[in-house]
Amino acid sequence: MKRLLTLVFAALFTCMAHGQGKTELTFYYPIAVGGPLTKVIDGYAAGFEKEHPNVKVNAVYAGNYDDTRIRALAAHKAGQPAQLSVLFSIDLYELLEQDLIVPFDEVATSAEDKAWLKSFHPALMLNGTYKGKVYGIPFQRSTIVLYWNKDAFKEAGLDPEKPPANWNEMRAMAAKLVKKDGSGNVSRWGVMVPSTGYPYWMFQAFSRQNGQDLMNPEGNRTNFTHPDVINALQYWTDLGRKHGVMPAGTVEWGTLRQNFVEGKTAMMWHTTGNLTAVKDGAKFAFGVSMLPAAKQRGSPTGGGNWYLFKKSTPAERKAAFEFIKWITAPERAADWSIATGYVAVSPAAYDTPKLKTYVSGFPAAAVARDQFKFATPELSTFQTGRVRKSLDDAIQAALTGSKTPAEALTAAQTEAERLLKPYR
Amino acid sequence: MRHIYGWLLLLPAAILLVGFTHYPALATLADSFFSAGTALRPSRFVGLDNYAALADDPVFWQVLKNNFWFALGTIPTSIALALLMALWVNARLPGRALVRLSYFTPTVLPMIAVANLWLYFYTPQIGLLDKVTGLFGVPSHNWLGNPDTVMGCVIAMTIWKEAGFFMIFYLAALQALPPELEEAARIEGASRGYFFWRVTFPLLMPTTLFVLVNATINSFKLVDHLFILTKGGPDNASNLLLYYVYQVAFSYLDTAYAATLTVVLLTLLAVFAVLQFRMIERRVHYR
Repeated sequence: MKRLLTLVFAALFTCMAHGQGKTELTFYYPIAVGGPLTKVIDGYAAGFEKEHPNVKVNAVYAGNYDDTRIRALAAHKAGQPAQLSVLFSIDLYELLEQDLIVPFDEVATSAEDKAWLKSFHPALMLNGTYKGKVYGIPFQRSTIVLYWNKDAFKEAGLDPEKPPANWNEMRAMAAKLVKKDGSGNVSRWGVMVPSTGYPYWMFQAFSRQNGQDLMNPEGNRTNFTHPDVINALQYWTDLGRKHGVMPAGTVEWGTLRQNFVEGKTAMMWHTTGNLTAVKDGAKFAFGVSMLPAAKQRGSPTGGGNWYLFKKSTPAERKAAFEFIKWITAPERAADWSIATGYVAVSPAAYDTPKLKTYVSGFPAAAVARDQFKFATPELSTFQTGRVRKSLDDAIQAALTGSKTPAEALTAAQTEAERLLKPYR
Repeated sequence: MRHIYGWLLLLPAAILLVGFTHYPALATLADSFFSAGTALRPSRFVGLDNYAALADDPVFWQVLKNNFWFALGTIPTSIALALLMALWVNARLPGRALVRLSYFTPTVLPMIAVANLWLYFYTPQIGLLDKVTGLFGVPSHNWLGNPDTVMGCVIAMTIWKEAGFFMIFYLAALQALPPELEEAARIEGASRGYFFWRVTFPLLMPTTLFVLVNATINSFKLVDHLFILTKGGPDNASNLLLYYVYQVAFSYLDTAYAATLTVVLLTLLAVFAVLQFRMIERRVHYR
C-alpha cells in the first residue's frame, strides 16, 4: 500500500515536473551548513540556473566527508536519492559495492564529451577510475606540500630560498633548525609531519618518494611490507625517535598549522587546503615547495569528486551531466581554486587570465599543480575504512615506539590480506 | 473501563519507549546474527560468526580494557570531587552563588567545545599545560601523542567536565537534610568528621547510588571528546567501546559487526546496573 502511494506520488511529481518542463537536481556537498564555501557553491548553482532556465539545482550541505556519505546513502535507502554528489574521492569502491553510481562513459557519448573526460589532470583521474571507466570527476582536490619558515632558515644560517630537495637534506636542515633554550628544552622543532587524522595519507607520500605505491589500481591488494615501504616508515619514525628533529610520538593534525604559524616548527608537511589560512596567519616570510624526494618526488592526491547516481530519470541524468561539465569548466575551476586554495582541476584552468595573474602574484598557488607529475592516488581499496585504519594504527604504533616499523606494517598487511581476499 | 483508562494514560510513553528503545535494541540483537549486506552481497544469516570475529578482534579487547581504565579513572574521582565541592558550596561563604556557578560551568559547555579547549591545553609547546610546566623548566611533553599519557589526559578532562554535574545532585540532597540533625549532633558534642561519616554520608546514599549509576553509564556513553581530541589514537590507546562502534558502523560501514559490539555494550551496562542496584540498595536508606 505504502509502495503504491509512493508510486502514485512519484508519478504525480514527474507529471508536474514535466508539465512545467523543469528538471530538479539535488546534490550533497561535504561542508558544514553555513561554512564559508556554501556561498560560493550557492553562487555556482544560481549561475547555472540562469544559463539553464529549465533546471533547478538544490545543494544540500551535509558536514564532513563521512557525514555526507552517510547522508547520501541514507537518502538513497529512503527512496529520495540525489542525482549527483560531491563525495570523498576514495569512496569509489564503497559506492561501487553499494551499486549506487554509474560511469561517466555512459553519458559522455559524443566526441566532444569524450574529449572533455580527458581534459583533467591525469593524476586526479586515478582515484575515480575503475576497470577503465570514469566514475569520479575531480572537483575539490589537494596534495601535500612542504611549508617552510624563511626567517627561521635565515636564523639557522640556511639559504631561505632553498627548501630541502631530498630526505637527507631535510634531515640535515631540520637538525640545524632545532632551537633549544638554556635548559636544553626544544623551543623550535626542525620539521613536523602530522600523524593523527590522516596518517595513511602522509605515509603515502613517504612510500611514494621511496619508490612504492601502497595499493594496486584494482583496489584489492596492498603493499605494506615491501622493504622500501618499511624503510619509508623507518625514516619517518627516526625523525622523531632517533634524530630528535620532530617531536617523538604522534603530531596532531588539527593544531599543526598553529604550531607552524607560531614558529614552533620551521617546516611542516600539510595539505594545500591550508595555504590561504597560513598566508593570513603567518607573521613571517614563508615558502611552499614540493615534498622532498628519496628515489623520486611524490605525494598522494586528496579531496572530493563528482559522482553520478544510478537512481535518476534520463532527463535528470542529462541535466546532472550538464551541471558537472559547467561547474568544472576552466573559468569556474580557476575561480574555485582562488577562492579555496584547492588545485584547479584542469590544465586549461591554469591558462585562464584570472588564474595566471593570481599565480604570478602568489607562486605558491602553483606548487600543487607542478607536483601532479609525481602524484599517486589516495589510498583506496575495497573495505577501505578498515584497511586504512589498520595502516593508521601501524603508523602510530611505529611513531610512538610500541612496535618497530617492520612489525607494525606486517600486522597491517596481514589484516589487509584477510579483508581483501574475497575481492580477488 | 478503569483498565482502558490506565492503558491510555500509559500509551504515549509506552509508544516512545517501545519505538525508540526496545524495538531498536531487539533489532540490533537480530542484526548481530546476520552479515552486513551491500547491493552486491545481500545480507545472510551467519549465526554466531560475528561473535567469533569479536572474540578474535584485538582492537575489541583493547577498547574493552581502555574502557575499564577509563571507568576506574573517572568514576571514583569525579564522585569524590563532586561531594567535596557540594559540601564546600553548601557552607555559608561569601560569593557562594558565584562559586557554585563556576563549579557548574564545565557542565554547561558542550562536550565538543570542551574537547576543543582541552586540545589546546594539551598541545605540545603552545598549549597551556606546557606553558605552565615550562615556567618550572620542565621539558615539553607530547601529551596526546604518547600512548602512556593519552588516557590520563582524557580521564582528567572527563572528571573536570563531570564533577560539577554530580555536585548539583549532592548539593540538592544536602539542602534537603533537616538542620535539626546538625543542631542535635552539636549539642551531643559530635565532631564534624563524626557527623559527616555517621549522619550526612549515610543520608546521601540514595544520591550516591544515583550518581554512581549515572557515572558508570557515562563512562561508556561519553565519547564526543574522542572525535576532537584523539580519534581513538595513537594506535587505539584512547579508543573506547562506543567510539569503536561508531567507527565500525559509519567508517567501515559494517553494520552487522557494529550491532554485535552494541549488544556487548548493552549487556555490559545492564549487568552493571543490576549489580549496582542489588549490592548498594541494601546500604541505601530512603526516607
